[in-house]
Amino acid sequence: MLVHLQGAWNPWLGRLTLSQIPYHSPIVLGAFAFALLAAAPIVGLMTYYQKWGYLIREWITTLDHKKIGVMYIIIGLVMLLRGFIDGIMIRTQQLLADGPRSAAHLQAVHGYLPPFHFDQIYSSHGTIMIIFAVTVVLTGFQNIIVPLQIGARDMAFPYLNAVSLWLTAAGAALVMISLFIGDFSHAGWVGIVPLTELPYSPGVGVDYWDWALQLSSLGTTLGALNLITTIIMMRAPGMRWFRMPFFTWATLSTQTIGLTAFPVLGVALALLSCDRYLGTHFYTAGLGGNLMLYTDLFWIWGHPEVYFIILPAWGIMSEVIPTFSEKALFGYTVMVAATLSIAGLSWAVWLHHFFTMGAGPGVNLVFSVSTMLVGIPTGVKVFNWSLTLYRGRLRFETPMLWAIGALFLLLVGGLTGMMLAIPAINYTVHNSVFVVAHFHTMFLVSVFGIFAGLMYWFPKVFGFRLDERSGRRFFTFFSLGTVFVFAAMYTLGLMGMTRRLDYLYNPHWQALLIIQEFGIFLYCVSVFYFCKMIYVSIRDRAKEAHGQDVWRTSRTLEWMTLTPVPFYNFAVIPVVHGRDAWAMRRDSGLTATSPGDYEDINLPNNTIVPAMLGALAFGFGFGMVWRIWWLAGLSLLGIIGLVILRSFADDRGFTLTAATVRRMERNHEDTGIVTDHISPPVAELALFQ
Amino acid sequence: MSRTAHRLIGPEEPLWAPHHPEADPVSLHTLGFWLYMMSDALIFAALFAAYAVLDHPYNAAGGPQISDVVHPVAAFIQTVIIFTSVFAYSLAMVGLKAGNRAFVIGGLVAAVLLGAAFLGLELRDFAVLIAEGATPDRSGLLSVFFVLVATHGIHMVFGILWMLVMIVQVAMKGFTTAVVTRLLNLRIFWMFQASIWVCVFVFVYLNGAYR
Repeated sequence: MLVHLQGAWNPWLGRLTLSQIPYHSPIVLGAFAFALLAAAPIVGLMTYYQKWGYLIREWITTLDHKKIGVMYIIIGLVMLLRGFIDGIMIRTQQLLADGPRSAAHLQAVHGYLPPFHFDQIYSSHGTIMIIFAVTVVLTGFQNIIVPLQIGARDMAFPYLNAVSLWLTAAGAALVMISLFIGDFSHAGWVGIVPLTELPYSPGVGVDYWDWALQLSSLGTTLGALNLITTIIMMRAPGMRWFRMPFFTWATLSTQTIGLTAFPVLGVALALLSCDRYLGTHFYTAGLGGNLMLYTDLFWIWGHPEVYFIILPAWGIMSEVIPTFSEKALFGYTVMVAATLSIAGLSWAVWLHHFFTMGAGPGVNLVFSVSTMLVGIPTGVKVFNWSLTLYRGRLRFETPMLWAIGALFLLLVGGLTGMMLAIPAINYTVHNSVFVVAHFHTMFLVSVFGIFAGLMYWFPKVFGFRLDERSGRRFFTFFSLGTVFVFAAMYTLGLMGMTRRLDYLYNPHWQALLIIQEFGIFLYCVSVFYFCKMIYVSIRDRAKEAHGQDVWRTSRTLEWMTLTPVPFYNFAVIPVVHGRDAWAMRRDSGLTATSPGDYEDINLPNNTIVPAMLGALAFGFGFGMVWRIWWLAGLSLLGIIGLVILRSFADDRGFTLTAATVRRMERNHEDTGIVTDHISPPVAELALFQ
Repeated sequence: MSRTAHRLIGPEEPLWAPHHPEADPVSLHTLGFWLYMMSDALIFAALFAAYAVLDHPYNAAGGPQISDVVHPVAAFIQTVIIFTSVFAYSLAMVGLKAGNRAFVIGGLVAAVLLGAAFLGLELRDFAVLIAEGATPDRSGLLSVFFVLVATHGIHMVFGILWMLVMIVQVAMKGFTTAVVTRLLNLRIFWMFQASIWVCVFVFVYLNGAYR
């Protein structure tokens, strides 16, 4: 049954040999050196200050939704940086390899990247940015904020939440390790068939891509059912459906998409795995395979995934804009309807990703109209945000800057999207960088939303504000970079430049390519200001420390908690009297957090099991990629065994007595910050005592 | 400010809900598990879609057609067995209502044995086909046939594994909240697999044999 592969294989290491380490490539060596340089100080400092125990006790084993969310965001930001570096490399290669007289560097004929390496870079750029950067950061926000916004102490299934995180981390780790051991997929982030099939991709690249996506997709599905259950079951008394903060609505729509779309990706990838490991013929170019089957299955997930990425960003904008306009969100009910209808339409538009694949005019027409229908609720949203701004008392603090930037980008991205929804135009610009510029504009809406959320909620989670001065510069350079890169890219697309080219044949594109590269330079400057912002903020954290509601005009329940948020969130669950519960309390002069009468709080113990499951999932993925059957088999058995073992442990959790809660809350009233640091013990440590 | 969207909170209205009951763990897990089953249903939906695409004489690539490989009578026996297994599980649920451990364990053991019989028939069917040269790597049609049926089979294997764990847990722990929740969710899982088998039986075996 197993496919017989040509080339070296041994039972212990599978296909792994020393020659698979790409030490002959100066670029990969440089990346390795960079990773070492970045990791060495962190590891050194952790060891010097003896923080490994703290890391394991407080973070790796945690079931606290806020810490899990923070770890999601850290993974996402690291992957964002990696994807950004890939982006720089793509743009630079295209700038250097323009025209037959372009110079050759390193091992390339044109530019500095050989085609196979270039193909891996654009594949990993797309995969990382979509699956491991934007999706992961947004999941992190939803993890942190949703339980706080609905007045809950934790997620519905805290343990499952940690499992989702570590599965995602295992997927991200597989992508990262592919840089140094073996290679990554060269078939685009969509995995074009039959290029991903064994005869055309005999290496391990496609397998890395396949298993990394599979693991993170499993994590996202489990996370989706967790968030949906949390929103349905864990709301505070009085928080009826139409009193929910808008971000919670956005999360509910998003996760409904996640729950229904990601299993389809799982199937599309699993069938590809069957082709690659068992020799079946689902997507092969002969023997009864069907190439379009993959394309359809992939995009049945792929288009909902687009809204999975954009809806939470719109949710963040819908929190930030009212706060800094000092007004309630305009047309809340209509916004909810618009979000739900976008989620609904997301399942009905997938074919517009391949209008040119010969489905026929009738089918194309249906999908063209359904795609244009998405424009209606989206337009409603844009008008509602504009009308929220209208006659508001606007304050242009950094989160607001990002939110308004996102609004402008949405206009550009949305209008070009409507153009692409017309099959006739689509045929003309198909596979051109016009399309690339369009979806980058839309993803940048998401990225702007992410940075709005980062600036907006950072003080809530960590207790100090991010530095406003470098934050503004970060925003300015990032926005300017966006204009230079994508204005030029739209133009290039209309001039006929197609995507995924490692060599450009037209020297007349040079001027626009230089403009793009200048935009990339501005992005690099903005990354510098981002790092400076983080550094300055941490340095001056005592100066920027503040109380529960840093913006003073925020409206939703998360701002009612102490800052930084204690691990039990709410000492006593609040009663909700209407929409914008916190604004209501503030306007009624009821901002004091002290309920007077405290109670015992029961929360789950920390546990190492989810992190172990993640490690085993990584082992399974790595074993499958390199066909090290014993490793994959043992890891799978380990996962099953660990899940069964854990089901026998009756964890009664950790009880924080009313007296302790009172002490922590009183302490906060006196000093303004949460000083008494207590967190649940690690359950497994009891085994060793 | 242009308008205030909300009223003010009156002095008589409660601000806090001390001793607010936590969500009932059984309902919480039941809802969560239903949502999980929805994602599982989507897996099968995608596989059935793949089957519909590849269920064409063209996709047999000159190899055996679907009518050559399916045996609806044998599959009917499997159908009877899997529903008897669900019936046995339902009897265990009756035992759960009565709080009778032996009854529950008896029902679970019967369900496990019937499930294993189902899998045994399926494996024998596969072995015969493979011996005849109708292997999954023969054609796209056979690929999707094997993978669809085997995916259901793998679900059955995990269901049986889960039941074995539950037999031990009922014996060891009795009817704790966690054990009862798991038994209820396992019931959903087991019945769902039987319903999926009905779809497999109709779309693959009946439709394939008599078209």
